[in-house]
Amino acid sequence: MSTFPISIPRPVHPTGVWGWITTIDHKRIGILYGITAFIMFISGGIEATLMRIQLAGPELDIVSAAVYNQLFTMHGTTMIFLAIMPLSAAFFNFVIPLQIGARDVAFPRLNAFSYWTFLGGALMLKLSWIGGATDAGWFGYAPLTSVAQNPGTGIDFWIISLQVLGVASLAASFNFIVTIINMRAPGMTMMRLPLFTWMSFITAILLVLAFPVITVALIELTFDRYFMFNFFNVANGGSVVLWQHLFWVFGHPEVYILILPAMGIVSEVLPVFAKKPLFGYKTVVLAGAIIAFMGWMVWSHHMFTVGLGAVANAVFTVTTMLIAVPTGIKVFNWIGTIWGGSIRFTTPMLYSLGFIAMFLLGGISGVMHAVSAHDAQQQDTYFVPAHIHYVLFGGAIMAILSGIFYWFPKYSGKMYSEKQGKISFWLIMLGQNVTFFPMHFVGLDGMPRRIYTYVEGMGWEFWNGVATGGVFILIIGFLLVIDNIGRNWRNGKPAPADPWDARTLEWSIASPPPEYNFEEIPVVRSLDDWWATKQGGAHKEIPASGGSGDEGHGIHLPQPSYWPMVTAIGLFIAAYGVVFNDLIVPWGIAAIGLVIGFVGVYAWSFEPVNDPEEDSTH
Amino acid sequence: MSQDLSGDAHTGHPTAGQYFRIAVILCVITAVEVGIFYLEFLGHWMIPILFVLSTGKFALVAMYYMHLKFDHKLFTYMFVAGFVLAAFVIGFLLILFGVYT
Amino acid sequence: MAQEHAAQIHGEHEDTTTGLNHRKMLMWAFLGSDCMFFGALIATYLVYQGKSLAGPMPVDVFDIPVTSVSTFVLLMSSMSMVLAYAALTKNNLKGFRIWMISTAIMGATFVGFQVYEFSSFAHHHVDINCSSPGELTDYEQHIFDEGCSNGEAHAESHEGLKPQTNLFGTTFYTLTGFHGAHVTLGIVWLLSLLLLSFKKGMITPEKNLDVDLAALYWHFVDVVWIVIFTVVYLFGVFPGF
Repeated sequence: MSTFPISIPRPVHPTGVWGWITTIDHKRIGILYGITAFIMFISGGIEATLMRIQLAGPELDIVSAAVYNQLFTMHGTTMIFLAIMPLSAAFFNFVIPLQIGARDVAFPRLNAFSYWTFLGGALMLKLSWIGGATDAGWFGYAPLTSVAQNPGTGIDFWIISLQVLGVASLAASFNFIVTIINMRAPGMTMMRLPLFTWMSFITAILLVLAFPVITVALIELTFDRYFMFNFFNVANGGSVVLWQHLFWVFGHPEVYILILPAMGIVSEVLPVFAKKPLFGYKTVVLAGAIIAFMGWMVWSHHMFTVGLGAVANAVFTVTTMLIAVPTGIKVFNWIGTIWGGSIRFTTPMLYSLGFIAMFLLGGISGVMHAVSAHDAQQQDTYFVPAHIHYVLFGGAIMAILSGIFYWFPKYSGKMYSEKQGKISFWLIMLGQNVTFFPMHFVGLDGMPRRIYTYVEGMGWEFWNGVATGGVFILIIGFLLVIDNIGRNWRNGKPAPADPWDARTLEWSIASPPPEYNFEEIPVVRSLDDWWATKQGGAHKEIPASGGSGDEGHGIHLPQPSYWPMVTAIGLFIAAYGVVFNDLIVPWGIAAIGLVIGFVGVYAWSFEPVNDPEEDSTH
Repeated sequence: MSQDLSGDAHTGHPTAGQYFRIAVILCVITAVEVGIFYLEFLGHWMIPILFVLSTGKFALVAMYYMHLKFDHKLFTYMFVAGFVLAAFVIGFLLILFGVYT
Repeated sequence: MAQEHAAQIHGEHEDTTTGLNHRKMLMWAFLGSDCMFFGALIATYLVYQGKSLAGPMPVDVFDIPVTSVSTFVLLMSSMSMVLAYAALTKNNLKGFRIWMISTAIMGATFVGFQVYEFSSFAHHHVDINCSSPGELTDYEQHIFDEGCSNGEAHAESHEGLKPQTNLFGTTFYTLTGFHGAHVTLGIVWLLSLLLLSFKKGMITPEKNLDVDLAALYWHFVDVVWIVIFTVVYLFGVFPGF
């Protein structure tokens, strides 16, 4: 039924690089996401290291003020949009279908499109270093982003690549919402969903509701920059505060988009290594939902010093303090889970415990910001970076590292080195506290954030030196992590299907899982069904290793496709065309990109999901 | 498992005649809106009246033309979530900007 | 199982947990998300309402009767769309095509109205007789004050309303422009389906979902206009708002 005029032969069982390029297998896409995002994490880490070296002592001149501005802007944008979000997306992709007992996501080709679009957006942002990257801070406050203040292409690259990344995130989130609602195995009711899947579900809902707001804000900024519109043009009555509102209406749900998947990972790891069911499953789910709901009512706490007025500040103080309650409930539930358990201190468990401790510290400084009077002292000082690094590094990254080790046997089929993993944990744990804790001191001592240097005698030299030293401990820790993962992925000991004696469905199938995941779609009878199955003495044969495709099982999987990538490439070209809109023919490159994108979409929608020979599908 | 309601013709969907009647109602409401708009004596009462009438139009299209009345509740929740949140954000921003200036 | 059968005729390879179609659920999730998109645009418009420093205001340029007609056309296109869908489910392919064409034409008419409106706003000019100015809006008063001060007979301004003119122009063109872009995309989608229906077996009652999704999108664009018409046009001219 391939009727599209330009139909080209479909990739059939491609191997090697083409196999990865045309893949629509959620597990492979998950791995692609993970590796790409980890590389981006390293690049963001390099940017941070350069900043810390510059700040190691007073009046150093290792990077210029201009480069320093680009460094902190790119570091923030990279870590949030190119590292933590896609690292979470890597787990969504790999884990969710396995946890709900599905053979793939609801829209496998859309999933591939998400990844390639993300890659395009990520490359676009990072390549903007050539010719000057964005330098207006990761929240790009107006009027720093106006043409008058910032005529270069750095801001344009930032705007357009964020739009491209937004498309990728939205497509992925729609996909996971439908997957989680509609692809659950028989008996897998919503209240039997593993916690990680639950938190991912809430994250996806938050994302589809929050991202359109930043899309609009960026469109407005684009029109201001390209066509001299007046959105943030104070001379014509525009308000720079509107940008702050729109940014944080998106930005605050965004911080829960970053942390909820991390909470989900921790809620998976703790019960497994404490050999106890999660304490208060329903409460944890409900707390997650309440956080997501209340996340919409607190955005102006980022703007306490703008001058919104006493009433607004009081209201947002109260809502911000309230949102700490469901978060606190979760922490108590995690502690309740490990309390009295028979704990195994494996690497993932250590990272999860580290998460609880570090996230709690970040949460406490968060509640300190919540008091608007107190916040006025902390606004724009190093106290704020200290807070955000405790919640996003000590929180999100620690949980992601926990997940990287926890699911390592599943995605690689190998075992990592436990000893090396534990050493890396202690190094990273030590390193982050040495790096980020002194920021509290210099922050309260009045050191502003985003300054490229400081003069001697301010009393900031010692703690800045200490913080820079901590970075090198972190670097050693991460080198050990990379070595552990990289070496053992190739040469590690083969992993059994269920090395941790775990609780959820992904551990009931071989490591790594066969392409079709479940030979037989499981029937779920309870929460933690795989654990219950094992306890019930029911013996279940796990195939030793995965085969490929339909070998003898008669399982028809969606076939690989070129079109998601073609569409993503079209979008990528169009995005570049918007930045360089006056090259050769005005808007010509953007138009070419759009045409390629349209061809991709059309060919995609005419391409049958399944076998090309079969005539039954659309 | 629930019933498949994804757009079958024979699950109690309205007939062409009903669709037409709804269109007539929509047009009448629009005509009334434009008419009210010229009644200057209404003063500030105009805003709530127009608001209610538009909400009615919105609801009619969503319920009947978009079949939300006949489809699974989940679709309604998905749509209403976005709609209510958008209304909430608009309302809150207006209040904040009122306070600000 | 009836439901399995239904899933098959909708072209799905598996039946789903809820029995609902994947694509239809995706569409509704997208529409919920698109509400936030228009919500943010409308919020921007409303926040800046009445804050323009110069140039024409809504009361100067809006022509409510004209916009009422284009609103009427868009509402009718929604009816036409739903009738196309109803015709298809009754296997009346000819009726389907007629209603699809009429929907697309009405959509195009709406976009035509919008183009006309944009261009007339951009070329809005004011010509005031200085001896008998009559009732003036703030903008006209401003032109009167500037142009009639040294004994001229007429005060004129050809500045018009462009996106760059003031905040009203900026927010108005952006909001309605994005709505117009949605309508245009919808027309492309409808015409694609229409062309497809001439190929045998591509548009059938069993595959009504393909049309259903386009219809949902089309109606959504219609309800967004219902909001814009009231909030931007009717409230916009109303002096007390």
